[in-house]
Amino acid sequence: MNLSRKWLNEFVTVEANDKDFAEAMTLSGSKVEVTEDLGAEIVNVVVGKVLSLERHPDSDHMWVCKICVGNPDEPIQIVTGAWNVHVGDMVPVAKHKSVLPGGKKIEKGKLRGVESNGMLCGLSELGLDERDFPYAVISAAAILGDYKAIDPEKPSIPADIAAGDKIYGPVVAAKVTAVENAGVNLWKITLDGKTEVITPCQNLHEGDLVAYNTKTNTICTLADLHAEQREFPHCIPDGIFILHEDGIACGDDIKPIIGADDSVVEFEITPNRPDCLSVIGLAREAAATFNAELRLHEPVVKGGADGNLMELLDVETPAEDLCPRYTARMVRNVKIAPSPKWMRERLRAMGVRPINNIVDITNYVMLEYGQPMHAFDYRYVKGGKIIVRRAEEGEELTTLDGNVRKLTRDHLVIADDTRAVGLAGIMGGLNSEIVEDTVDVVFESANFNGTCIRKGALALGMRTEASAKFEKGLDILNTLPAVNRACELVELLGAGEVVDGVIDILNYVPQPTTLTLEPEKINDLLGTDVPADEMVRILKSVGFTVDGDQVGVPSWRGDVLRMADLAEEVARFYGYNNIPCTLVSGETTRGGYSPAQKLEQLLGSVCRTCGCDEIITYSFISPTYYDKIRWAENDPRRESFKILNPLGEDTSIMRTTVLPSMLEILTRNYNYRNKAARLYEIGRTYAMGGEDGLAVESKVLSLGIYGADCDFFTLKGIVEAALSEIRAADVRFAPCSDNPSYHPGRCATVWSGDTCIGVFGQIHPLVAQNYGVDAEFYCAELSFDALFAVRGADPVYQPLPKFPAVTRDIAVVCDKTITVGALEDCIRRGAKGLLKDVSLFDIYTGTGIPEGKKSVAFNLTLRADDRSLTAEEADADVKSILALLESELNATLR
Amino acid sequence: MKAQLEAIRSAALEAINASANGSELDAVRVQYLGKKGELTAVLKQMGKLSAEERPIMGQMANDVRAALEAAIEAQSAVLAEKALTDRLAAETLDVTIPGKDVKIGHKHPMYLALDEIKDIFVGMGFTILDGPEVELAENNFDRLNAEEGHPSRDWSDTFYFDEDSRVMLRSQTSPMQVRAMDSMELPIRILAPGRVYRKDEVDATHSPMFHQVEGMVIDKHVTMADLKGTLNTVVEQLYGEGTKTRFRPHHFPFTEPSCEMDVQCHKCGGVGCPTCKGEGWIELLGAGMIHPRVLEMAGIDPEVYSGWAFGMGLERTAMRRFKISDLRLIFENDVRFLEQF
Repeated sequence: MNLSRKWLNEFVTVEANDKDFAEAMTLSGSKVEVTEDLGAEIVNVVVGKVLSLERHPDSDHMWVCKICVGNPDEPIQIVTGAWNVHVGDMVPVAKHKSVLPGGKKIEKGKLRGVESNGMLCGLSELGLDERDFPYAVISAAAILGDYKAIDPEKPSIPADIAAGDKIYGPVVAAKVTAVENAGVNLWKITLDGKTEVITPCQNLHEGDLVAYNTKTNTICTLADLHAEQREFPHCIPDGIFILHEDGIACGDDIKPIIGADDSVVEFEITPNRPDCLSVIGLAREAAATFNAELRLHEPVVKGGADGNLMELLDVETPAEDLCPRYTARMVRNVKIAPSPKWMRERLRAMGVRPINNIVDITNYVMLEYGQPMHAFDYRYVKGGKIIVRRAEEGEELTTLDGNVRKLTRDHLVIADDTRAVGLAGIMGGLNSEIVEDTVDVVFESANFNGTCIRKGALALGMRTEASAKFEKGLDILNTLPAVNRACELVELLGAGEVVDGVIDILNYVPQPTTLTLEPEKINDLLGTDVPADEMVRILKSVGFTVDGDQVGVPSWRGDVLRMADLAEEVARFYGYNNIPCTLVSGETTRGGYSPAQKLEQLLGSVCRTCGCDEIITYSFISPTYYDKIRWAENDPRRESFKILNPLGEDTSIMRTTVLPSMLEILTRNYNYRNKAARLYEIGRTYAMGGEDGLAVESKVLSLGIYGADCDFFTLKGIVEAALSEIRAADVRFAPCSDNPSYHPGRCATVWSGDTCIGVFGQIHPLVAQNYGVDAEFYCAELSFDALFAVRGADPVYQPLPKFPAVTRDIAVVCDKTITVGALEDCIRRGAKGLLKDVSLFDIYTGTGIPEGKKSVAFNLTLRADDRSLTAEEADADVKSILALLESELNATLR
Repeated sequence: MKAQLEAIRSAALEAINASANGSELDAVRVQYLGKKGELTAVLKQMGKLSAEERPIMGQMANDVRAALEAAIEAQSAVLAEKALTDRLAAETLDVTIPGKDVKIGHKHPMYLALDEIKDIFVGMGFTILDGPEVELAENNFDRLNAEEGHPSRDWSDTFYFDEDSRVMLRSQTSPMQVRAMDSMELPIRILAPGRVYRKDEVDATHSPMFHQVEGMVIDKHVTMADLKGTLNTVVEQLYGEGTKTRFRPHHFPFTEPSCEMDVQCHKCGGVGCPTCKGEGWIELLGAGMIHPRVLEMAGIDPEVYSGWAFGMGLERTAMRRFKISDLRLIFENDVRFLEQF
């Protein structure tokens, strides 16, 4: 919501500067986004009067002007290329060292050798256009001296043409011998010392040779001569903005004259306060904020136009549930014209484009009262009947913006006997638009159901200023003052005659809300000590009535329903920042992290210790990602929560696996040419079948690595570190060749006892191919719930060994297919109680080892807790181990 | 004999002092003092001396021996010191050669920020609560007083899983308020961080998935002053002591009174700059006193209990904390980004 401070000052006098105003309003609940000083960019531009005008000695299209900019004895000289300037004109002058909108700086200089001490300004140079000053439209006559033939060989007008020469038909060349002003944009031109012509063309000066139509007694424009602009390069409908304002004098600052002496404050209005989407609503807030008087105005309509409203207009509201109130008045003998400058300025300041007096009035009232208004051309309301009804399914209406809208039963339309003429609360219909020759006008000021308008606008994708207001629910009591204000403005502007009487259909009688004021409860909630009478003062300042402890809520405050709402009103004006700061008292709570949260922290720290960086990935993926990780078509894990209104396919289903998310990030890093990456995430998966139709959301520790120093065992090391850190017992790894996403020979499942914790390994080359990479990616997916389940108890101290250990290295030869795990397991079982540790140190194939066999070497650590071992004791254990290896696995000592 | 001893003494001393290392010195020692050494050889001739001469020569011989032994010891110390100096010199390293690589992983910056916040609240007796992201619209909206027709319920704003708009991706962490009220004993102090989802296209400041953290207290006699005091304490811990804050009225369906909390712009100190869009303040979070209707819907009597709640966006907090310019970096997970934190 934009607010012109000048307009605001009509209702409440606030002296504060823009910054203080913004701060105070923000702190009382009307958040200011930004304030724009409309004149901030205009510096040192004043009104000047043209004292003399002479042709530039060295240019055929420039003029040297003497301009009074305050002191008539010290006129300044300015060179201009514009041809619409005459002696006596009042013009905007950008003086030496001035600034124009867009930051353009003007300084003195020389134009073809002649000193120029500034610039005369056109509309656009002041950031204006013709809608701001309709009288500044320039029409240009064709000046024969400016003629440049398109084909120099064949000029349409001979170069030596002279006064009296015939050009074509009744058109002859004539010389301007005198120029005299004949009113706004009218000039009396004397031709050849005898003929007098009144012309709107503003670019004529004594000495110009023009084309004169003897038949119509007019001076020809380019259009009259069917000439192209390039044939008359300087006869353009553009030039200096000639001021026709009352009471201006040389040297006056230009800003107030063009309405740039205003600031526009942009507010962020919360949806509970539609009343603040208006000048009056914000004025009320400003008055309460600055403790100033609010000056409201009761519209007064003289009326008296011919006709009886009841006979002229009939309104029916069959869709009464969607139209709580419909108020209308009529205006006759309308004279469509531009609205006055003050109104145009205010509209423009608020970001609304001026159109014509009637349309401008509806917009003006909407801004002032916050009540959207609409004006129909009565001619097109067939049968003089307005029907507020639901649209027919498929009914079409062309709205004011020229688009054909296809409607449904959920839309509300304003219709006549035969057809819809407007989309209620959203936009009028093109078929009843106010046009140049509109004579009779119906002003509609209605209250429509907010939800209906919101959904209707949303379905058509056309949120308008009106619909944005209606959807928040407007004050039902506001329709009548608004329509009266519109009629008052019609009379003020002389735009038409108002018919007596008002059509006012009230389908819903609002019940005023009354609340009990309980000051101690309000103070208890706020933690304050605001006196009761101060509360009363505050409430009254924003329009509440207070009678004893009974508080009457104003009709525009539909958001105030109970004590907490009154507390907010009190707090807003008492000042949120005056509320003290205390800490929660009362019963203390223990708080802290749960065991699961602590495990999550621990796993994160293990991963980081192992060199992995934490990532965050989207929980939604594309269904095609399941193809990419080679899940079978009928894999039940493909059944996912599907978003019905996704942003795009890539984010359309909730993942049931974290693998594609990790692969995406690994791929991205790989494509960014990062040489290596080690990543982890504790991410969620979302499976079907949760309570209440919700998901089963499980956490997964997802790991992914690639790079020169990464192989299967690097990742396995990280997995082992995690399991060791959480003290999982009986950890083992089993080969896994049937997971479609992983390399069948380089994939393992992880177990702790009977609990499967997850899977890890090298990504299947075909999956890597699906991601467009030729690197080896290694990933792990470990169930957080399983990790939580297998985590060990707190450690219990084990005494450190008192006696030395004996070490023995053994190397055995066995079939290649026998795993190290099987050998290790066998070694552990073969020992007779002295074996403390087994560690692999070599696997060898080649010379000396038979085909199909391998040599595997282990380092064994043997120790007794109560004595130093003898060599014989150690050898006995080793012997037993070797025996079992041989008998079970046919592994013989090398 | 005397001349012999004198000759040995001077020759041996010279040889001792001339020895350049331990083995040379040892050779000298053997040459003169060894069993077959020159001094020993001289002593073997003692028997040939007269009884008068014998003690004198004996004395002299012992003197020579003592002198040589002392000289050897002194030279030995000199040589040991030299050997050490030489060794240390030989072992000198180029200390500017980089250390052996120890790669330690990094926490994601957003979680760094979150962990700070969690620690602060845990210290104040809050429990960290986790909840579902696939959530009932009832918990996300109805129970939070955002009735049918509230704009945030639109399909253009929120992701839904069924045509009836019953199951959705939570658009805020606030349904955790409802879940806490339904499942926990009073008094309640919770902090609920997590993922939330809104239908925003990805750009420098938007993402369809982002993170929020919700905080809530319900107890007897909880006031808006408590809300202010607690949040100010948190902000001081996050952004440093003396950080200035301000509270502005705002509107949320599930709090009344509602507010937004701003912190003074760290860049300009409140004067106004591009970072704070000239306002001097940066919006940090939304908060308020829990709406009595929300308490009632959870079966909590607003006449007896009151509470406050707040919700803050985590990405923005992390971005501000680490001066990250583009939200997309957070979800891109480029290791060159991650390893900066």
